[in-house]
Amino acid sequence: MPRPMLALYLRETRLGVRAGSGALTGILFFLAVIAVIPFGVGPDLNLLARIGPAILWIGALLAGLLGLERLFQADREDGSLDLLIAADRRHMLAATVFVKCLAHWTANILPLVAVSPLLGLFMNVPPFGIGAATLTLLVGTPAIPFIGAVGAALAVALPRGGLLVSVLVLPLTIPVLIFGVSAVRGAVADPDPFLPAFLILAALTLFFGVIGPLAAAMALRWSGD
Amino acid sequence: MKRRRTSAATGRIANRAKQRYLPIMNQPPKQTRLMALANPTRFLSLADRLVPWLGALSLAVLVVGLYLAFTAPEDYQQGITVRIMYIHVPFAWIAMFCYSLMAASALGTLVWKHPLADVSLKAAAPIGAVFTALALFTGSVWGKPMWGTWWVWDARLTSVFVLFLMYLGIVALTRAMDDPARSARAAAILTLVGFINIPIIKFSVDWWNTLHQPASVFRLDGPTIHASLLWPLLVCALGFTLLFLTLHLMAMRAEVWRRRVAAMRRLSARAADLRPAGVRAG
Amino acid sequence: MNHIAYVTAAYLGSALAIAGLALWILLDQRARKRELKELEARGVRRRAQRTDTTS
Repeated sequence: MPRPMLALYLRETRLGVRAGSGALTGILFFLAVIAVIPFGVGPDLNLLARIGPAILWIGALLAGLLGLERLFQADREDGSLDLLIAADRRHMLAATVFVKCLAHWTANILPLVAVSPLLGLFMNVPPFGIGAATLTLLVGTPAIPFIGAVGAALAVALPRGGLLVSVLVLPLTIPVLIFGVSAVRGAVADPDPFLPAFLILAALTLFFGVIGPLAAAMALRWSGD
Repeated sequence: MKRRRTSAATGRIANRAKQRYLPIMNQPPKQTRLMALANPTRFLSLADRLVPWLGALSLAVLVVGLYLAFTAPEDYQQGITVRIMYIHVPFAWIAMFCYSLMAASALGTLVWKHPLADVSLKAAAPIGAVFTALALFTGSVWGKPMWGTWWVWDARLTSVFVLFLMYLGIVALTRAMDDPARSARAAAILTLVGFINIPIIKFSVDWWNTLHQPASVFRLDGPTIHASLLWPLLVCALGFTLLFLTLHLMAMRAEVWRRRVAAMRRLSARAADLRPAGVRAG
Repeated sequence: MNHIAYVTAAYLGSALAIAGLALWILLDQRARKRELKELEARGVRRRAQRTDTTS
């Protein structure tokens, strides 16, 4: 990583994990979502074991959407977004967005992936399934900020765009969810293969890693004032 | 560095101001063929002439199509419910056609900055949402007697449902911003990203087991449905497509008027600001 | 076969929805037209109309 990008990454991550910035709230939200599910579907351990990986995925998805609208808004409020856009000639704006997404993932979603084995244990998911769920989350969740960056960039100028961002982004994340969950199911249940779904999940992350920052950069360039 | 930034910023602001008034300004007389159509006044006169004829034609074709649909023989398996197909399939086609139209308009906005492309996108989104909802509704009403359930999460249904959600998202985004130029680009980017996502959704849900029947009209080896059922379907599809185009033209016309009203209000407000208090110009 | 109810429901629902959509567009058109007339009656002109040859 070139030095300015590394500096940006460190700055964003530091801002993200600082107390009161919302990353901790995201993890709490994730825990709350997971804890609410058994109350809703009943404490049947067999049922929980079957739907556990899917719940982990949905929780991670929702928690990943939570802080997205702040991705560019904080920068817009203190003026650094204008600087990042103006520096487009030296550092491609799409690359800047890419690094910001990566930092957002590190600060907000990586902790969720880290605690997901523990929650999988609570859900009575078999050990092999826990490993598969954690691995798919690790590979698949980076796609969420990449897709979300587009929504965040589109709604950056709106005073209350938070809900709109989630509404715009959620339909686009459906393929990631489908392949993430089907890879885990492939690992747990014998007849379904694990590797094809997992590889497609990785391909989706890479694909959105290109498309998302490009589209977000385009949206930012036109929305900045 | 600081100076460079400010000059770039002011240039951008001036550029934006220019683009903001593009849709409401009349273009200068020397234009290319495509730009001639971009002239809103010329578009309005064309639409005024076209809409009554197109509307009458679409109604006539629809009447013929629906008559054919109701006199066509019943399917030996599906019975009378096959009649739903004559509206369900055209709705589903229009749902996709409308999104393609919007994606083309989005390209027109982003690449050529065509002033009417954005009007077209904004006007098409609610119409597309209604037709997609109707495709889902008629499909569900067909599914209840045939499959025994209102809804299944299979490939085709899920991807059309996601398409419906994306239509609603685009409608929400175009209505969330006051400035037409800004909302135009935002909606265009969202439409294009969604367009990339549609095949992904289509193929990703194909991994689930599929209940919906495969394509039977547009196939390389020719349609697999019988001609007595195919012809009414094609006439109906033509009629609904014409109806969609009529509605789209009407909605575009209303949108051009809406922008004109907004522009005139802005101008009159500015004129009132510049005028010294108490003096009224005639 | 009593499936005729489903067919009627599908056709009726679709007709209602499309009629509603058309009505909405028509009402929108009429409202915009009225606003334009009002503004023109007040003597507000678009820039293009005031200076017939803009640059």
